[in-house]
Amino acid sequence: MSPDMLKAIANLVPEGSRVLDLGCGDGSLLAHLQTHKACIGYGVEIDDANVLACVQRGVPVLQFNLDAGLRLFEDQSFDVVLQIDTLQHLRNAETMLRETARVGRMGIVAFPNFGHWPNRWSVLRGRMPVNQRLPYEWYDTPNIRVGTFEDFAVLARKNGLHVRDAFGLQEGQRVDFWPNWRASTAVFQLQRR
Amino acid sequence: MSFIAHPQDLHFAEPLALQSGAMLRDYTLRYETYGTLNAERSNAVLICHALNASHHVAGVYEGQSRSEGWWDNMIGPGKPVDTNRFFVIGVNNLGSCFGSSGPMHLNPDTQRVYGPDFPVVTVEDWVNAQARLLDRLGIPTLAAVMGGSLGGMQALSWTLQHPTRVRHAVVVASAPNLNAENIAFNEVARRAIITDPDFHGGRFYEHGVVPQRGLRIARMIGHITYLSDDVMNQKFGRTLRAAVTEHASGYRFSTQDIEFEIESYLRYQGDKFSEYFDANTYLLITRALDYFDPARAHGGDLAAALARVQARFLVVSFSTDWRFSPARSREIVQALVKNQRDVSYAEIDAPHGHDAFLLDDPRYLSVVRAYFERIDGGGAA
Repeated sequence: MSPDMLKAIANLVPEGSRVLDLGCGDGSLLAHLQTHKACIGYGVEIDDANVLACVQRGVPVLQFNLDAGLRLFEDQSFDVVLQIDTLQHLRNAETMLRETARVGRMGIVAFPNFGHWPNRWSVLRGRMPVNQRLPYEWYDTPNIRVGTFEDFAVLARKNGLHVRDAFGLQEGQRVDFWPNWRASTAVFQLQRR
Repeated sequence: MSFIAHPQDLHFAEPLALQSGAMLRDYTLRYETYGTLNAERSNAVLICHALNASHHVAGVYEGQSRSEGWWDNMIGPGKPVDTNRFFVIGVNNLGSCFGSSGPMHLNPDTQRVYGPDFPVVTVEDWVNAQARLLDRLGIPTLAAVMGGSLGGMQALSWTLQHPTRVRHAVVVASAPNLNAENIAFNEVARRAIITDPDFHGGRFYEHGVVPQRGLRIARMIGHITYLSDDVMNQKFGRTLRAAVTEHASGYRFSTQDIEFEIESYLRYQGDKFSEYFDANTYLLITRALDYFDPARAHGGDLAAALARVQARFLVVSFSTDWRFSPARSREIVQALVKNQRDVSYAEIDAPHGHDAFLLDDPRYLSVVRAYFERIDGGGAA
């Protein structure tokens, strides 16, 4: 995660929150939240190297596959549930969105926006996009759920979630005007109605 | 090259009240220590052993080849549990057969060998005895308590019985209790021992015999459950120990001779075990396993039982361990999460079944190393 993106996400997390970070990677976001915003919580990771990195940083991490669900966690047991660049890897992305809203009082979801104009341009030219934000070829991408900013807004509405805030991130800068065109990353802050 | 370990004994004349209501009037604990206790007495790590292990956790005995401690790959100078930073204690549990008071010793009340009269001890009793050892050694709190399998149960129990004396608990390949299948395996092993004609109701010492047949079978069944199907197939498969030439198939067509490699291996393991392990100890330790169930006093609610935990946890399980499966470790994790305790959980994808906790899996060893690196060992010893 770029330092700018990390900061932009961290800004959405209230001071002292109890945080669950789904697909927490090497734990850098949680470590930042622990150090700078007095947050506590857990990361969830499947990858061995990332689990090790979290333990090395002193970030509590639980190793399991998110496709197995969030049964481990009770209703509304976290202030914030983060899904940062995680959604696109999940087989059960919709279930996990509902689970995020069940477990957390607030959900923050960020994912690569397929609607960003260079991606559209690439598809118009007949090729799947390969760029800094989507660095994979179509045949080896771990991104099994590719959606746009607008697609996610529709999914959130369908699941009865209230979008508290939604914006794009482009080179670390917040994009509020036409984010579905202008931003490579979509960010949603959600609550249960 | 490992360091030289020195076992020591401490005698306790203060009676130990056991969970059963019985009293152990007088007892000895054998233990080893590695590393140096720092001035603040804050860098002690207690290692709890499982069924057939002992206080000899790390290092070797002088002049004895192949005498490495049972967790020598984990504990020592520069190892994941680094004895350059930590003062590590291994202690033989009561009822065991490696030097601490056990069924082969004299009962001070009767001046007769305990045999079957050695009181039934529980995980909680062991922890209380270990706490007394720490008192004697002048150790107020543990930087960490660590154990695998039954040893993990002791580590967990430490955080419940003495919550303010433990800063970290490392629980490996363990469970919050045994399920029915697991108790069943223990019962088969016990029946094999008890029905051995050489057992003599546990008084075999007086008859100058050892119920080796029972011990062998107990070890064989235990061993099967410590391995995974995959590893057993990979190591032995259907390989014949020695194909005969008289028959085209290579089989002996014998029901009683060793035919397959796996049979030879199990018999070898059984023979070896029956020569050093005490039959009454086997019964006692498997019973301690069966009884452990901290949730029981809370109507089966493990989270309620763990509410008093203050320690931070590292829980580790292995994907192919079916005797202490990852699902059981996740129960511990879930109960800790419910209580908002600090816990990390690593589920190591390893092929070796329950035995994996003793083996050199780099992912496993590096997670434990990383966890211990963040534990404050005080000023370097």
